[in-house]
Amino acid sequence: MATTTLGRRGSAAPHRVTAPRRRRGLVALLFLSPWLAGFGLFFAYPLLATVYFSFQRYDLFTLEWVGLLNYRYFLRDDAAWTAIGNTLWLVAVMVPLRVTFALGVAQLVTRLKAGAGLFRTVFYLPSLVPLVAGTLGFVYLLNPGTGPVPALLSALGLPSPDWFGDPDWAKPGLTLLALWSVGDLMVIFLAALLDVPRQLYEAASLDGAGAWRRFLHITLPVIRPVLMFAAITGVIQTLQYFTQAMVAARVASGATDSAGSVFVPGYPGGATLTFPEWLFHQGFRDFAMGYACVLALILFAVSMVFTLFLLRRFRDTEEDA
Amino acid sequence: MTLTAAPARPVPAARPRPPAGHRRRAALTWIATHALAIALAIMFLGPLVFIGLTAVMTDHQALTSRLWPEQWQWDNFAGIFQRAPLLTWIGNTLLYAGLATAFTLVSSIPAAYALARLRFPGRRIAFLLVITTMMLPPQVVAVPVYILWARFHLTGTLWPLILPMLLGDAFSIFLLRQFLVTIPKEYSDAARVDGCGEFRTLVRVILPMARPAIAAVALFQFFYCWNDYYGPLLYAGTEPGNWTLSLGLASFRAVHHVQWNLTMAATLLAMAPVIVVFFFAQKAFIEGVKLTGVK
Repeated sequence: MATTTLGRRGSAAPHRVTAPRRRRGLVALLFLSPWLAGFGLFFAYPLLATVYFSFQRYDLFTLEWVGLLNYRYFLRDDAAWTAIGNTLWLVAVMVPLRVTFALGVAQLVTRLKAGAGLFRTVFYLPSLVPLVAGTLGFVYLLNPGTGPVPALLSALGLPSPDWFGDPDWAKPGLTLLALWSVGDLMVIFLAALLDVPRQLYEAASLDGAGAWRRFLHITLPVIRPVLMFAAITGVIQTLQYFTQAMVAARVASGATDSAGSVFVPGYPGGATLTFPEWLFHQGFRDFAMGYACVLALILFAVSMVFTLFLLRRFRDTEEDA
Repeated sequence: MTLTAAPARPVPAARPRPPAGHRRRAALTWIATHALAIALAIMFLGPLVFIGLTAVMTDHQALTSRLWPEQWQWDNFAGIFQRAPLLTWIGNTLLYAGLATAFTLVSSIPAAYALARLRFPGRRIAFLLVITTMMLPPQVVAVPVYILWARFHLTGTLWPLILPMLLGDAFSIFLLRQFLVTIPKEYSDAARVDGCGEFRTLVRVILPMARPAIAAVALFQFFYCWNDYYGPLLYAGTEPGNWTLSLGLASFRAVHHVQWNLTMAATLLAMAPVIVVFFFAQKAFIEGVKLTGVK
């Protein structure tokens, strides 16, 4: 790089470079200014305001300092703890299953000799289906009496649960939906798998390593960064899990939108109440906005822990850029 | 043809013929993997097929477990437009998705360019902040932002979802940045030597090369808005005239009790545009998804 004409020009006149460099800094500032304004207005300021409101009782009209009352209320808010339990269940079950399943499907696609592209398209397609539409579809598919899945299960002589109507089966039902729409993760893994140098496999085969050992000792270590990234973003996304739980509960409970009644998420029996849903309900349906801010700060703290893992990764890649 | 664009795979070099036992095992593996792939494909496509079949059933049959329509009731697709203000919802959704996408591109492309290709103090921190805002749940800052829009009397409309896109979208900036750093430095250096300013370099040299990434970001943003449920639920209010398709769809069944056939017809309507566009722009989608995976 130092031997190119451009490099030599730069090093020959170091003091002349500073003026363009400062100008470039100004240009960068100009290009970034919309985002900087957005960062301040829609992130930095609201984050500070969230801390402030968490010490207030606020319902959009009256503001009253209540100290730690909202925090104390959280400790004995049973619904909040139900929501935490459900969200942790989803993180612990859904994320590992999704990563494993996506990796399995991607691995399968790499081994297909015929129609690999077609199969990739088919496996990717469901991840494009709008969340609300996909959720409605799954509630119908698993609906006892009308859905094809219970019909199929009973034709095989297997018992079929009441999925989205049964507190024990609602979250597994949502997990099936999450596995169905695993396509974008699969595409990421597929790209990573196809990037693994072939020579590594060939060398290992000559050494007599079987398929499983090759996977364990070559594939996994090489694609580990991609897997880690997918797992961490998966956890953060699952901490935000909202739409599917909301829509499934709404449709399965048969709630009607009559005037004056507010739909309480979580049907059946609080089994699908996620943490962001409870935050939403407290803040924007019950208008306990101060208390919602306490919940928001908890969500912030937990998500931030996982975000820091990601930031460390990106800080490192920036170094060699 | 675009449909079957296979992932690039190096062609294995010709090898000495393996012994017969080996070959039989290879054939069995071939059959097993393809059979598994077909079984999986049926499971992935099955839900879409059943949604489609239910959408054309009679009201009566949709309440039974018989899967094949005895009478193909195509009227259902016309029926849903009479049952709900679908055209209004589609119009609102197009307005939201269209404006938000245009605003996102205008505000995010220069920001991504600065992060990827300009050297300036604080660049690394700015990039890390972009990732942080991209990752953190929107619910974290929802309360003060809602209050802000309430002050401007814009709650009850979709504008609180559209206007912020003028100030950049973290995910789009991130994705574009990931693409822009892969363009060799020599291109912008050459442009600078020719006397192009940064703005001209961006527009004349970088943008044409970044077209695939810009297409991916535009598609992602458009369909993110098309699919968005949380945003409209928070801001669109209780007046159905302001709802988007996703929001209306979620309450479709609640308003008109158990009419699975009509609900599935509406569901199909909501997913059709995404799937149609996907088949025309598959490459942009797949390349965009790969960019989100990072290496």
